[in-house]
Amino acid sequence: MVVSPARAHFESGKNDGDGDFKTELLALIPFLRAFARSLTGSQEGADDLAQETLVKAWQSRSTFIPGTNLKAWLFTILRNQFYSDRRRAWRQAPWDQEAAERIPGGGEDQIFSAQLSDTARALRVLSDEQREALILVGAGGFSYEDAAAICKCAVGTVKSRVARARKALIEILDGSDTLVGVERPAEGDAAREIMAQLDRLAPPASGDVGGKRRPK
Amino acid sequence: MSNEEKPNEKSRAIRARQRAIGRELRRMYDDVAQEPVPDDFMDLLRRIDDAEDARPGKKVS
Repeated sequence: MVVSPARAHFESGKNDGDGDFKTELLALIPFLRAFARSLTGSQEGADDLAQETLVKAWQSRSTFIPGTNLKAWLFTILRNQFYSDRRRAWRQAPWDQEAAERIPGGGEDQIFSAQLSDTARALRVLSDEQREALILVGAGGFSYEDAAAICKCAVGTVKSRVARARKALIEILDGSDTLVGVERPAEGDAAREIMAQLDRLAPPASGDVGGKRRPK
Repeated sequence: MSNEEKPNEKSRAIRARQRAIGRELRRMYDDVAQEPVPDDFMDLLRRIDDAEDARPGKKVS
């Protein structure tokens, strides 16, 4: 098996426990990137977030209890970082959430393949709470218990958020009453049409309404 | 129209759709997780390492 120079660098010569920790961090980077991508919806923002998480994790490594779930610990740090970054951004500039959601990831920043873009876009319409619960349990393979620890809420709360998120996604994707009668767009127009549908679904700027909205 | 569908068919269709959406979510996540880790990350870890080595009173446990 070929070991990349970077990996060899981290796996060699450190016998003080930090080396092991770093090796484990290294192995979990792909999952940090995936979780970050699903939270931010953008590649660049996600990698910045994942890197901030690594630094934070390294600085707080003494608080990690060996033998516990490092992945869940890292995801908790990443999630905290995500919300605190965003709060800071909100303080610095008034943020038009609706307008932000209308901005398609341009060019190279296109996150998901065209085939998946409708699900990816529909995810952005969910509330943060529903989105993170659904990603952790539905995509990341976390137990409800671990997801609850990461999101700092009760297990039952995670369960109901996941259930509501699934329901909401279907309604968004498959046409709630709002979409009945909207014809399936022709191939090339799919993305544009979905964005238009989401715009129609999104209530006028009134804060955190995404997931609480119950179409009919 | 679709409003006339029988409840059974409808719930079966919903379950099928749930599974399909679940697969798409996992694929989106796995696609990212399977990307090669960008060099930035390696550089970052290397910098952490170097900073550690450079620290005079480095604790050895």
